[in-house]
Amino acid sequence: MNTLTQQFQRFLPSGRKVVIGIPFLWLCLFFMLPFFLVMKISFSEAALAIPPYSEIYSFAEQKFQLLLNLGNYAMLGDDELYISAYLGSLKMAALSTAMCLVIGFPMAYAISKASKEAQNVLLLLIMMPTWTAILIRVYAWMGILSNNGLLNAFLLWTGLISEPIEVLNTNTAVYIGVVYAYLPFMVLPLYANLVKHDGSLLEAASDLGSSNFNNFWKITVPLARNGIIAGCMLVFIPVVGEFVIPELLGGPETLMIGRVLWQEFFNNRDWPVASALAVVMLAILIVPIILFNRSQAKEMEGRA
Amino acid sequence: MNRFGFSRMMLVLGLLFIYMPMLILVIYSFNASKLVTVWGGWSVKWYVGLLDNTQLMGSVVRSLEIACYTSIAAVALGTLAAFVLTRVTRFKGRTLFGGLVTAPLVMPEVITGLSLLLLFVAMAQMIGWPQERGIVTIWIAHTTFCSAYVAVVVSARLRELDLSIEEAAMDLGARPLKVFFLITIPMIAPSLAAGGMMSFALSLDDLVLASFVSGPGSTTLPMEVFSAVRLGVKPEINAVASLILLAVSIVTFMVWYFSRKAEATRKRAIQEAMDQTASESWKQPASQRPATQQIGATA
Repeated sequence: MNTLTQQFQRFLPSGRKVVIGIPFLWLCLFFMLPFFLVMKISFSEAALAIPPYSEIYSFAEQKFQLLLNLGNYAMLGDDELYISAYLGSLKMAALSTAMCLVIGFPMAYAISKASKEAQNVLLLLIMMPTWTAILIRVYAWMGILSNNGLLNAFLLWTGLISEPIEVLNTNTAVYIGVVYAYLPFMVLPLYANLVKHDGSLLEAASDLGSSNFNNFWKITVPLARNGIIAGCMLVFIPVVGEFVIPELLGGPETLMIGRVLWQEFFNNRDWPVASALAVVMLAILIVPIILFNRSQAKEMEGRA
Repeated sequence: MNRFGFSRMMLVLGLLFIYMPMLILVIYSFNASKLVTVWGGWSVKWYVGLLDNTQLMGSVVRSLEIACYTSIAAVALGTLAAFVLTRVTRFKGRTLFGGLVTAPLVMPEVITGLSLLLLFVAMAQMIGWPQERGIVTIWIAHTTFCSAYVAVVVSARLRELDLSIEEAAMDLGARPLKVFFLITIPMIAPSLAAGGMMSFALSLDDLVLASFVSGPGSTTLPMEVFSAVRLGVKPEINAVASLILLAVSIVTFMVWYFSRKAEATRKRAIQEAMDQTASESWKQPASQRPATQQIGATA
């Protein structure tokens, strides 16, 4: 009986392999493999069929034919719309990341300097919005920024303006929305990094006559490097592909690639072009993503 | 000190910036006026009206169902991934694995959504499954990206754990599986709960992934809200939004409260155990300890 079980067990994968295998297989199947499919379909042609694209290879009469259609990519390069959408997204992401950093760094710094009890409460306050539907938080701004919304009512009341200013459906509104939605993602990694800093370094520098300003740039910022990278990437990368915020707060002049991709896919039903857009977006983002993964890995090793 | 004052002021302003819009939204959901910008007195009629909206209620139930399945699956998968990342230091493809676990955190949702849809279409052609996109496909999509969040939360906890406890159990002859369920799981339980709640919340408010991979007849709550919001601000939506805010706040607060409580109990237990052993070993030489314990038991 015992030998039978042993015989049987030899064919079963070992526990270690199962533990590694399950998450690995899941992520390969549902996260990595789909990217290759996107790449494949970006080389196909749009067709009136279900699904609406042509096969890129065929096997008939002992001939295997691979047909790569580069037309989608050529179109992306030719059309002003796509190029300005990419540039618009990158500009939006870069500027809002910078704004988040400028606002978020002092916030994270203040939290890390607060008492242990206060830190817990403040972290909860920062974390709560990240769990709340982004849709709802963006929607809240729609009511505030509209022409007869609270912001205009307030400004009219104070007498700063004589007639309503148009904010909703402009790029300004998108900037406000993006900074608002992504600020916690900047504060959290920065805090996690800043709280580990050794205060005695700053004291030593001060004792030796360094100014506060000098301390900040020469000690705090270099030490917080990994936190800054993680925070910036957590904001920058998703904002490049953001769809909800520009769609709800932006106007016709707000060209962002996530929005264009959505329109190509859902309104024009052009799956190959949407795929090509995604491949190019990914190519642009691959460097920031690797940077982010590296900083995550470093943070993990540093703590171990 | 000067900069500290400045950063504190920024913190207060930042929190105001984060919370004011939500507060305004909740207040206006009680507005009696049909015009969203004019205040017409307090009223709960928009909340009452929601109950009659069967389409909306159907999507709420569907979203809650998906969120439940997602949080269970994401916790299981994310914990496994976190365990592999922190405990199995060396295996083929570890760098790739690490990348696969953290990449969903930052990957733009439109890319993930599009790629998963293409996968499901290809699978339907090749193996005939899934014939119809719906709850299952949304569940798979949500589980994939939520497990990344769980993995980050759980691996942070796993790294803090004292390995010697697990090693001690193994030295006493416990099999790895037993150690995992009896020692590791109870010690990381607070972060498992946090990860589960987080997945629940994330799944409940995902719009982009669900839009890509859902089929006809499987509209989720965010999709319903989005199609209404596109047309402008409406008092009914204010009410729905306030309810979602309330639900999420309660969940977040519960996670925070319980994880803090668990942490405090754990610390107290460790402290007590340390005090006890310290005082005992100080009073008596090791050889006489059984005797003291007996006296203590009879006394």
